[in-house]
Amino acid sequence: MKSMKKIVAIVLAVVLVGALFAGCSKKVTPVAGFICLHDENSTYDKNFIDSAKEACKALGLEEGQYLIKTNINEDNSCYEAAKDLVDQGCKFVFADSFGHEDYMIKAAKEFPEVQFAHATGTQAHTVKLDNFHNAFASIYEGRYLAGIAAGLKLNEIKEAGKLKGKTAKMGYVGAFTYAEVISGYTSFYLGAKSVCPEVTMEVTFTGSWYDETAEKEAANKLINNGCDLISQHADSMGAPTACETAGIPDVSYNGSTVSACPNTFIVSSRINWAPYFEYAIKATQEGKAFDTDWTGSIDTESVQLTEINDKAAAKDTQAAIDAAKAEFAAGTRKVFDVNTFTVTISKDKNVNAKIDKEGHLTSYMADVDTDENYTPDTEVIKDGEFAESSFRSAPYFDIQIDGIELLDVNFG
Amino acid sequence: MMNNEKKPKEPLFHIAKRPAISWQKAWGIRVIAILLAFLFSGLVIMMLTKQNPISVYATMFDGCFRTEAKFWQLLQEMALLLCVSLAVTPAFKMHFWNIGAEGQVLIGGLATAACMIILGGKISNGLLLVVMIVASILAGAIWALIPAIFKARFNTNETLFTLMMNYVAIQLVSYFAMVWEKTKGAGTVGEISFGWLPRIGNNDYILNIIVVLILTVVLYIYLNKSKHGYELTVVGESENTARYIGINVNKVIIRTMLLSGALCGVAGLLIVGGKDHTINSSIAGGRGFTAIMVSWLAKFNPFYMIATALLLAFMQKGAGEISTVYGIDKAVSDIITGIILFFIIGCEFFINYELKFIKRHKEGE
Repeated sequence: MKSMKKIVAIVLAVVLVGALFAGCSKKVTPVAGFICLHDENSTYDKNFIDSAKEACKALGLEEGQYLIKTNINEDNSCYEAAKDLVDQGCKFVFADSFGHEDYMIKAAKEFPEVQFAHATGTQAHTVKLDNFHNAFASIYEGRYLAGIAAGLKLNEIKEAGKLKGKTAKMGYVGAFTYAEVISGYTSFYLGAKSVCPEVTMEVTFTGSWYDETAEKEAANKLINNGCDLISQHADSMGAPTACETAGIPDVSYNGSTVSACPNTFIVSSRINWAPYFEYAIKATQEGKAFDTDWTGSIDTESVQLTEINDKAAAKDTQAAIDAAKAEFAAGTRKVFDVNTFTVTISKDKNVNAKIDKEGHLTSYMADVDTDENYTPDTEVIKDGEFAESSFRSAPYFDIQIDGIELLDVNFG
Repeated sequence: MMNNEKKPKEPLFHIAKRPAISWQKAWGIRVIAILLAFLFSGLVIMMLTKQNPISVYATMFDGCFRTEAKFWQLLQEMALLLCVSLAVTPAFKMHFWNIGAEGQVLIGGLATAACMIILGGKISNGLLLVVMIVASILAGAIWALIPAIFKARFNTNETLFTLMMNYVAIQLVSYFAMVWEKTKGAGTVGEISFGWLPRIGNNDYILNIIVVLILTVVLYIYLNKSKHGYELTVVGESENTARYIGINVNKVIIRTMLLSGALCGVAGLLIVGGKDHTINSSIAGGRGFTAIMVSWLAKFNPFYMIATALLLAFMQKGAGEISTVYGIDKAVSDIITGIILFFIIGCEFFINYELKFIKRHKEGE
């Protein structure tokens, strides 16, 4: 067993050297820690990282007082990362991806003195822990506004006689077939429809949040199907760059893609997470309680549009968006106004909905309190509107409305 | 020296195979290679990130040893990587290029998760664990058996076959992640509450580590002291020799791949039942490929693999820490890992071969 001895000696040496190094490094104690599924190559994670830096700067935190962990999978490594951030002294720990939630809850139970927050999650209002929070924003309003820009562009293409088919058609690259994505593409579609009533939309799914090749292929497929404009809810540059190559206008998400797509990028909606981070970290520092389930809005500056790219956008896009925004603020316009769309019910489609003769929604039971059987538990049609993000921050609109065709339901 | 005048362009050196080399000299070469690797990657770090390389290395150590939890995580990562490395070793020693460990681990994990989800709460936890163990080992073994049978029967190319089996496994896992998803359409299963492997004391990590260390000893004995181990080595050296001395080559191929797959299944069990308690297509985490490196670097010796697995686990965890602390892209830390591995693998060349510098012949002038 000579070799065994040697190995033990090597291991010991490594440990000792490690201890030596560990002993001599000095660090400030961090306050906030952020856990990201991917890194800055993903537009989604980049948006969080940028917001985190912005918020920490605004709160006067120096470098080293906040830590960002990237490429953390949606499994036990999320729990390990959270635990490590706590070990280093963080009092506020945030995770950005849907699948991180169970592991954040596990960490929250173990460290009751630390505040844990999670974006897009659904369980905070049911697990009822003082130190576990969900947050999201009414991004459907942002997507609706971006949809207006898309609709105006389609009108312009139509006037120029350059539609690929007889009527305007959009294409949408989605990641997964769940409420967050469905709510997103439906609001985008309704925004476009508000200015271009004839528009229809095709949606295809990639089954992944970040798969550049699949997103590019999906966009190309839609373009070949005769779509006049593309938008996406998946996090790589796949769809925007496919549009730039094909010369098809693109309404982006998570942030501006104008530098890579100067000729085709119209506008992008994004959630600005900085207001939430400032609010939550400040409350943590002051030892105050903060919302279990927080929904940002246009008012809190959480829902934003990037600058419009005049080179690709239709004329007067800004004015139309501003007008709609003012109507949102006044309460005269609503994204999911049941009178603006119709729904068809069939055996396997929209079974939880009830409609009137014209096909407008009169009732919908949504699965707000997540459970394994997706039991519909809450009536969400209120005052002629599908009340999105009011019973919990994460979206629960999962109705398939008329005018939108799903090309596939991808299993990854 | 008759043709002295005809070779003005005599090469500066030529390469010759070394005779046996003393272990002191071999380790000397290795140490020099590692020092050079650190020096060179230090230069790269300075050029790319303008950071002081010493503090970057210190951060790597920090990422592995700063807290007790970090140290345990390092050991657990080492153990899981080692488990997959042990799995690929018999096949590689037999010169069967099993690139499919990633898929075999995934399928083992999928079988484990299936038991946890379908049977969890319906049978006693002890029985559930037994079912999980059997299912994961069987699943991994079957996944390896398929390419082995094709190799033995039709002499198909095992590299391509096992590689493609990975993609089938990934798609299967993605499909079931959808079937078992917690929120409709989201594609994530979430934490499964049944069938967790037991904790020893108050430690989440130690069971996985112990299991793998036991497997290491068993595999060492299997490879070096058993008839099976001898047979697969002979098949690896020369199939014709093996046939000549009466070894049933096809039988050895199938038997060895069954073992390889079964061990991958165990890795899947440890990952899903003992660590993640969920299933998704990234749980194998590239270990199936890194394991090949671990196994080769250790020259297929299970005990040396402890050290090489530790080295790779260390670099992985250290790299993660670098990207967190300095906010630099993970690609930079991957570059560092790549450079270090390049030097370590490269130095084996200088252990097996030597450069003979050719002396200039003065008399030609």
